[in-house]
Amino acid sequence: MQPTSATFKGNATDALADAKLQKALGHIKTGFIERRRKAADRLPEFEALRDAAKAIKDHTLAHLDLYLERFEARVIAAGGQVHWCRDAAEARTTILEICRAHDARTVTKGKSMVAEEIGLNDYLEANGVEPIETDLGEYIIQLRHEPPSHIIAPAIHVNKEEVADAFRAAHTHLPHERVLDEASTLLAEARKILREKFVAADVGITGANFLIAETGSTVIVTNEGNGDLTQTLPKAHIVLGSIEKVVPTLEDAATILRLLARSATGQEFSVYTTFSTGPRRAEDPDGPGAFHVVILDNGRSRMLGTEFQEMLRCIRCGACLNHCPVYGAIGGHAYGWVYPGPMGAVLTPWLVGLEQARDLPNASTFCGKCEAVCPMRIPLPKLMRRLREEEYERKLSPPASRWAVSLWAFVARRPALYRLGASFTARLLGALGRRSGRFRSLPLAKAWTAGRDFPAPEGRSFQSLWAERR
Amino acid sequence: MSAREDMLSRIRGAVGKGRAADAGHTVDARLAAHRMNLIPARGQLAPDAKIKLFETMAREASATLTRVPLPSDVPEAIAQFLKSENLPSRVAMAPDPWLGSLGWERQPLLAIRRGRAEPSDEVGVTVAFSAIAETGTLMLLSGPDTPTTLNLLPETHIVVLRESQVVGAYEEAWARLREARVGEGGAVAMPRTVNFITGPSRSADIEQQLQMGAHGPRRLHIVLVEG
Repeated sequence: MQPTSATFKGNATDALADAKLQKALGHIKTGFIERRRKAADRLPEFEALRDAAKAIKDHTLAHLDLYLERFEARVIAAGGQVHWCRDAAEARTTILEICRAHDARTVTKGKSMVAEEIGLNDYLEANGVEPIETDLGEYIIQLRHEPPSHIIAPAIHVNKEEVADAFRAAHTHLPHERVLDEASTLLAEARKILREKFVAADVGITGANFLIAETGSTVIVTNEGNGDLTQTLPKAHIVLGSIEKVVPTLEDAATILRLLARSATGQEFSVYTTFSTGPRRAEDPDGPGAFHVVILDNGRSRMLGTEFQEMLRCIRCGACLNHCPVYGAIGGHAYGWVYPGPMGAVLTPWLVGLEQARDLPNASTFCGKCEAVCPMRIPLPKLMRRLREEEYERKLSPPASRWAVSLWAFVARRPALYRLGASFTARLLGALGRRSGRFRSLPLAKAWTAGRDFPAPEGRSFQSLWAERR
Repeated sequence: MSAREDMLSRIRGAVGKGRAADAGHTVDARLAAHRMNLIPARGQLAPDAKIKLFETMAREASATLTRVPLPSDVPEAIAQFLKSENLPSRVAMAPDPWLGSLGWERQPLLAIRRGRAEPSDEVGVTVAFSAIAETGTLMLLSGPDTPTTLNLLPETHIVVLRESQVVGAYEEAWARLREARVGEGGAVAMPRTVNFITGPSRSADIEQQLQMGAHGPRRLHIVLVEG
């Protein structure tokens, strides 16, 4: 998909004015946040598990080439094939070739953020292969021709009336006047329609939550079971995973799985956690006859060996989105690409280019909640701050803000000048704002005061009070 | 340069600098050790408490559960369950020899077909390889006697489980698998599919309202054989 991250500010303004979206975003606070807290509180070892999980990923990333080679060898030993893809274009053509080799007309898909990242659906469709999303949320947004707005709840911005409209428009063989006013009836209809698609599909494509180096297994985690039907019924199973998904052993996956569902939905464990290894065995009565693993880089290897390597520990649980006040105010679409929220603000600039996404690292209050809840202990605020520095260094930020930062730096390095300026400004603003105690609007800070009042300083500057106390 | 070589050399260039010359051995040793990391206390209970925790967690995940004293009680328990839930008495059953030996002829009203599930099947009956107490999770393997489709296609999934199969933690379940399926060079011979199943299928994708029976089974019923 084409990123619109460059117009983040306009996207965010529209999102704030969208009453329907604001109502939908309200569900996050009552749902995800409360449930995650309860699940984490219930497991006394939760904090220690975060440390253990971080250590596993840090070790794996430091030996990533070696683990990927071993993973590949095990996939081949189990009768599967591995396809290495440097970028989105290579991954798209590889997948299309596999589909063509199986004479595929329709493919079912489990939810995969990497598939969104490479724009797989549009490409397959343009080349005569019909992709069908089977995760309920992904199916809804596919019908609405929209990108996901949340990495684990892709249709969180859609209300049930809109789902009903989308179903009426798509399922034209059903009576138009049927009643579709409950989530349960909508689900029942989707289940029936998609069941036929599962059975008819030639190829099934899933993502991967983990790749297991020890066994060559790929792992997916779902609550619906759609990913399992996707990979079990067709002739071929294609797994689309990125380089950082590999972990050493089955036990290492177990450690991280204890964090994933609890951090994501607040469940103790997701309903379906599935380890897939190779194609069906000769004596198996079901399962796919072919097993292909596509390993994608798409810019990730450039993060290795830099401080952004820490971002590659991410397991896509969505906790940082759920707890982010900025995401909670504007939703996922405003971020303009596949990965929203704090994790997206760090990852998107690496995958689409900082010049395309320069507002994203600035879309943070630095409240630190994302880092506090990240199961993999990724220092998201630090990484966003580092991207802001890079924007300054590469002159990507607007001239006015760079000029303001330079001026501030000049003054801050000269304590006498800083003291003078600060005490003058404090006294001036204090005198001007004495009556109401606040400013409704300030020159040079109109954007800031548009949303709230600026409190008038009361008395002297901090530094002069501090000097007196000492 | 092939994409493979290009990607691996880029990664090596970024993380391989200053790495010990025998990093390959470190990695192989790490893979062979399959160390346990951190197992929560909840996963290390005494046998009785472990079974109880499994029951509690499975029910919490919206599975239902019946206990029976003997394997030969299983057919009647399943017939009773189907009757009480107004479900059809036609079932698709895993062709597992132990499951088949439980005396189904004593339930003549049950119409049993053995083999993989077809889309029209409404009830699937399978066995589990193991079950994990810490989250009430069933572990099922694919194989000639245990088709994966039975776990997924029917609206009602019934799993027959023995108490001796219940372990505390996921790591213990992996240890049992490693013991049961030794492949070349002593490595574990993975089946095509290992399904960890915790409760019936669900989705909260419409307005964050939880609905059961998204694509997989709407009901998950466990028949737990004591002893």
